[in-house]
Amino acid sequence: MTPFLQLRRGVIDLKGKSAAIWFLLLPTIIYLSVFIGYPLFKTFVMAMSGEERPFDTFYRMFHDQTFWNALKNTLFLTAVIVPIQLVLAIALALFINKKFRGYTFLLYLIIIPLALSDITAALMSYTMFSPMGYVNKILINLGAINKPIYFFGYMFKTREFWIVVLTEIWRATPLVFVIILAGLQSINKEYLEAADIFGFSRSQKLFKVVLPLLKPSIMSALLMRTLFAFQIFGVVWMLAGRDIPVLAGETYYQYTFLNDEKMAAAYSMIIAVITLIISYFYLTTLRSKHLEEGVR
Amino acid sequence: MARVRIENLKKYFGEVKALDGITLDIEDGEFLVLLGPSGCGKTTLLRSVSGLESVTSGKIFFNDKDVTNLQPKDRNISMVFQSYAVWPHMKVRDNIGYPMKIKGHSKEEIERRVNWAANMLNISELLDRYPSQLSGGQRQRVAVARAIVLNPAVLLMDEPLSNLDALLRVKMRSELKKLQEELGVTTIYVTHDQVEAMTMGDRIAVMNRGKLQQVGTASEIYHKPVNMFVAGFIGSPQMNFLRAKTVSDGTKAILKGHGVDIPISSDPGLEEVVVGIRPEHIGLGKGEVSFEATVFFIEKLMSSTIIHSTLEDGKEIVSMIPGDHEFKNGEKVTMSFSTEKIHLFDPKTERRIEI
Amino acid sequence: MLKKLFFWIAVILIAMWFLTPIVMIFLAAFTPAEDYYNPHKIIPSHLTFEHLYKLLFLLDGWKSIIISVEVALIAIGLSFLIGLPAGYAMARYKFKGKRAINLTILLTRSIPLIVVAVPLIVIYMKVGLSDTVLGVALAHTAMILPFVVLITSSIFSGISVEYEEAGMVFGLTHFQSFVKITLPLALPGLAASAIYSFIMSWNEVFVASILTLTNRTLPAHILNTAMASPDYFKFAAGVMMAVPAMIFIFFTRKYLISMWGISLK
Repeated sequence: MTPFLQLRRGVIDLKGKSAAIWFLLLPTIIYLSVFIGYPLFKTFVMAMSGEERPFDTFYRMFHDQTFWNALKNTLFLTAVIVPIQLVLAIALALFINKKFRGYTFLLYLIIIPLALSDITAALMSYTMFSPMGYVNKILINLGAINKPIYFFGYMFKTREFWIVVLTEIWRATPLVFVIILAGLQSINKEYLEAADIFGFSRSQKLFKVVLPLLKPSIMSALLMRTLFAFQIFGVVWMLAGRDIPVLAGETYYQYTFLNDEKMAAAYSMIIAVITLIISYFYLTTLRSKHLEEGVR
Repeated sequence: MARVRIENLKKYFGEVKALDGITLDIEDGEFLVLLGPSGCGKTTLLRSVSGLESVTSGKIFFNDKDVTNLQPKDRNISMVFQSYAVWPHMKVRDNIGYPMKIKGHSKEEIERRVNWAANMLNISELLDRYPSQLSGGQRQRVAVARAIVLNPAVLLMDEPLSNLDALLRVKMRSELKKLQEELGVTTIYVTHDQVEAMTMGDRIAVMNRGKLQQVGTASEIYHKPVNMFVAGFIGSPQMNFLRAKTVSDGTKAILKGHGVDIPISSDPGLEEVVVGIRPEHIGLGKGEVSFEATVFFIEKLMSSTIIHSTLEDGKEIVSMIPGDHEFKNGEKVTMSFSTEKIHLFDPKTERRIEI
Repeated sequence: MLKKLFFWIAVILIAMWFLTPIVMIFLAAFTPAEDYYNPHKIIPSHLTFEHLYKLLFLLDGWKSIIISVEVALIAIGLSFLIGLPAGYAMARYKFKGKRAINLTILLTRSIPLIVVAVPLIVIYMKVGLSDTVLGVALAHTAMILPFVVLITSSIFSGISVEYEEAGMVFGLTHFQSFVKITLPLALPGLAASAIYSFIMSWNEVFVASILTLTNRTLPAHILNTAMASPDYFKFAAGVMMAVPAMIFIFFTRKYLISMWGISLK
C-alpha cells in the first residue's frame, strides 16, 4: 500500500501563524538587503557612472593594461592553485581516513591553517623566503650558496608568483581537505564492501568506486575554492605588492592610493560578476548532491 | 480521567486531506487503538488531539470542555512519542519529574511520584543514569514513566513499540496494557500492527485515507468487518477474496466463482458479489463447500501450515491448517469451508452485505 | 616492511609540512634583532619578547587587538541575534519561498565582501560610521550572518523536533521549549560556530582596511604598516594574530570537526 500522505516529520505545524515565521526571518532579510544588497547595487551604479558618459569607468579600465594583467594573473593563479589543492586534499583525506593509530593528531595539525588569516600565512612565507629568511640562512650555512636567493622583488616576479602559489596551497588546502574528508566518510561502506567481494584491486576501488562517489564533494569544494581564489588578496599584497596585480588588490589600490572610488567599484564589479557566474554553477551542481545515492 | 469526543474533525495540508471528517467518542478509561496503514491519518488524528497539530475544522472535547484551540500544555495530556523523545541532557529522574517541575510541584512531591512511576515501570535502578546510557527498551520505559507521573486526563501513545525488537515488543504489550488497566487513564494508542491492536485495544478504530472505516471491539472487527478494506487489513494471512456470480432460482441462490459453488440461504440481490473467506477458516478434506486446488508454495510455522494454492482457473487461494503438514508443489489438495464463515461484499461499494 | 617505512615517512612529511611555517614564524618573532640580521645565525642564542612588547605598546598593537576583539564580539553578538531565529525557522518550518530564501542566503555567502566594501565606506562617510569600530562590526556581521543562518539551521535540524514537542506536551510553550530544551542541546554546536565566526572576523583584512584609517583592527594594522616596519615586528604581529585563533581552534577542535561533518569514530 502506498502512503496516502507523506508525514512531514521534523516540521512544526504553523497553527495558522505563518506571520510568526516571517518575524523570525525578517531581521536577516532586512540586514542582508541593507548591508549586502544595497551596497551591491551601489557598486553597480558607481561603476557604471562616468565623468562624461556612462561606462566611462569601464572604458578606462578596459584600456588599462594593468586591468588585463590583473585579470590574467587572477585567472592564472586560480588555474594553478585550485587543481593542486584538490589533488593534495584528496590524497590527504584518503590517507587520514585510514584512521591509523594517532591519526587524530595529524588531523588537528592539518586544520591549524584554518585558523590563520592570509596575512599570517604570507608572513610565514616571508620568514622562510626573505633574504634574511630561514631558507637562505640554511643554504648559506651549508655552503650551497654565497649570496641570498631573492624570492621577492619586482625583478623576481616569477619567483614571487610561485611563493604565492605555495603559500596559498599551504593555507587553503585544509579547507578543501575538510570538505573532501566529510564527503569520503559519508560514502556508504557497502559500496566498498561490494567492490571487495567483486575482486576490485586497490586502484580500481579508488578510481571506479571512491572518486565517482566523491564527485559531489569534489564539485562542491572545487567551485567554492575557485570562488574564493578569485578574491585572492592578502597573500599577494603582502608578498608581491603590485608586482603581481590581482583584481582584489587593484580594487584596494584604486580606492586607497588613487582615491578613485568609481574605478575601485568597477574592479570589484568584475569580481562580483565572475563570482556570481561561479556561484550559479555551484548551486546548480550542489542540487545533484542530494540526489546522489550513497552520500549523506 | 476524561471522555474524549471528536466531532467532524478535518485536517487539510493544502490540498491533501489528512483527516476527512472524523467523529469518534472515547469512553473514560478506555484503551482505544487507532489502526491503519502508513499515511491513513492515525498519527495526524493523535497529534490533533494532543494539540501539536492544529485542525482545519471540527471540535475536540475533553469531558465537555472544548479543547480544540488550546495549546498542548493546557490540555492536561501526556504523550509517549515513537522515538521516546527522552531528553538527552537530563538524568532519567529529571526526565520523569520534569512535567511536575514545570507545573511547580514541591521537591518532595516530585520525588515521591517519580519513585512511584519508576517503580511501576521497573526502572528504579536507572534513575540516576543519562538516556545515552540506556537501551532502547529502557528509554521507552522512561518515556512511559514520564507520561504517567502526573495523572493525565488523556494518555496518547504514538507507535511506542515499533522501535523495539520482537521479543521485547511482546513483553511490553502486556505490560503497557496492564499498566493502563491499573491506572484507568483514557488512552489513545496509534499502531499499524494489527496484533498490537487486537490484543491491547478495548476498541479499535480502523482508519484509511483520512476516514474512519470501522470502530469496534476486536471481535466485531474480526467477525463483522464493514468493508473489504477492514476485512483485508485484519487477520493474517489476509482474507481470500473471490469474485462470484449469483445464480438464483427464486428461493435459493448459489454463488459461482473460480470453479467453486457456494450455496447461500438468501439472494444477496446483486449479480456479482465478492466472497471473503479467511485462510484459518479453510480446512483439509471435504466439507460444506469443497474445492480442489494445486499447491505451489508452503509456509511451515510448525504450529500451523500456510498453503498457497491455485484454483482451477489460476486464482490464488491461501489456507492455514493447524499442525505441521507436508505437501509437494503441484500436489492437488481437497479443501473446504463452511458457509457460516463467509463474508459477502458488494464489488462496487466494497461494503459488507448482510444475508 | 617497506610499506610501513613509506607510511611513517608520509606521516612525518605531512606533519612537517604543516608545522614548519608555524614554528618558523614563532621563532622569527622571538629572535633578537642582532641574531635576525646575522646571516650565520639560524637558531637564535636566546629568545626575546622585546619585539612583541614594542609592537604591543609602542606601535599601537595593543590598541588594534582591542579593536579587533570589540569588532568580533559585536559582530558575533549581532549576527547570532539576527541569524539564529532565521536558522531556527529554516530548520523547523516548511513555507512558501523557503527555497528562494535558502538560495539567496547561499548566494550572499559567496559574494566577496570586497564588492561591498567600497560603496559601504562611501555610505559610512555620509553617516559618520567611517573609521569606527561599529562600522567594521556591522560589515563583519553581514559577512558572518549567512554562515550563522546556515549553520544554526543545520544544528537545529539535527535536534529532533520531538524533544521540543515533548516539552510542549508536558507544560511548556513553544518558546519555553526552545529555550529550555533545544538550546541546551544545541549549545556545543553553537559555541563552535561562534568561535569560528570570531576567527572569521578576527582574520578579515580587506574590509577592515578600507573602512578604517586610525581605528584599525589587527590585520588591517599589519597590512598597512607592513612596508614600514622591520621584519621582526611583522613576525611578532603575525604571531599575535595567530595565537588567539590557534588557541580557540585547539579547545574547540572536536566540535569544529563534527561541525564540518567529519566523524572521529
